Amino acid sequence: MKSRLHAAVGSMLAGGALLAALSSNAAAQSAVDEIAKYRQQLQDGNPADLWEARGEDLWKRKGGPKKASLEGCDLGKGAGVVKGAYAELPKYFADADRVMDLETRLVHCMVTLQGYTLADATKRPFGAGSNRSDIEALTAFVTAESKGVTMNVALNHEKEKEAFRLGEKIFFFRGGPHDFACATCHGETGKRIRLQDLPNLTEKGGAQLAYTTWPAYRVSQGELRTFQWRLNDCFRQQRFPELKFTSEASIALTTFLARNANGAPFNAPAIKR
Amino acid sequence: MADPMRIRATAKDGTVNVKVLMSHEMETGQRKDANGKIVPAHFIQNVTAAHNGKVVLSAQWGPAIAKNPFLEFNFKGGKAGDKIQVTWTDNKGDKRTDEAAIN
Repeated sequence: MKSRLHAAVGSMLAGGALLAALSSNAAAQSAVDEIAKYRQQLQDGNPADLWEARGEDLWKRKGGPKKASLEGCDLGKGAGVVKGAYAELPKYFADADRVMDLETRLVHCMVTLQGYTLADATKRPFGAGSNRSDIEALTAFVTAESKGVTMNVALNHEKEKEAFRLGEKIFFFRGGPHDFACATCHGETGKRIRLQDLPNLTEKGGAQLAYTTWPAYRVSQGELRTFQWRLNDCFRQQRFPELKFTSEASIALTTFLARNANGAPFNAPAIKR
Repeated sequence: MADPMRIRATAKDGTVNVKVLMSHEMETGQRKDANGKIVPAHFIQNVTAAHNGKVVLSAQWGPAIAKNPFLEFNFKGGKAGDKIQVTWTDNKGDKRTDEAAIN
């Protein structure tokens, strides 16, 4: 009698554990669905619009010591051509003899066209509250002009190929106090941090989904964030030394990730939690 | 001076759908800064929308509304080409009015 009771309790426990496993799986799935629904509902009133509007104004307004606008800035498709430019960046620019991503190119134009010093142009890469970043606004404006354009990072020039190889190396490089690499979180499908799904950036689909939805308005921060910010914060989360704004390493990583997103329609500025 | 609002208005079957995105900090007055000092409350208190000069929406807001608020509403009687004007006033007396034509 006693042993039968035990067996009954045992099978009830096992049943309970199975039920719990099933329902926690279902809960995780429905949470993912709910997050997707939340993003969709916010999409229509995306405050990134406000950054785009301010960026357009900054692009056209005369400013800096030389009292010039940025409309003469060559983003890779000729001076002043904004439409579709972001889908081909980063790329090699002969006038600077280096590979540049959008933020680096904007800084370059602020220095060469508007006459700012490099220190002035890079003084506020990321905004916080009332200390707003012009780079973030300009990035929002330029990237919005590539919405729907297919990602096409060519890698024709030798320096572009070199940046890609360097970016790939950094992506898999393990280091820091936690012995982390980008690939630790982004090298496998189905990983997450709490309820946030982590894209697998070594796979075409994951790389495309991730790269084409930055820049994005982060609801939790109330700010529009650029790809340079995303990389900078990933480095912080890995406890790496700070990734310097517009550094060679940041451009190399961007080149690696942008190239992996080739073939997908660009779809930002997006909105994220 | 606050940044301009983004207003989109579309008419369909006699009903106008209006979407307004406002640029505002919407500080609740409950948060503290890095030095432990309270960040003063700063939020939109009154919102009005007028169609060709006639008020079609009037709202009282408080600190529970999120930063950079998005407002969507419908009203009857408007048609394409009409003007829709939205005004907000915040607790510091700042004010902003923007206008858009209905599509």
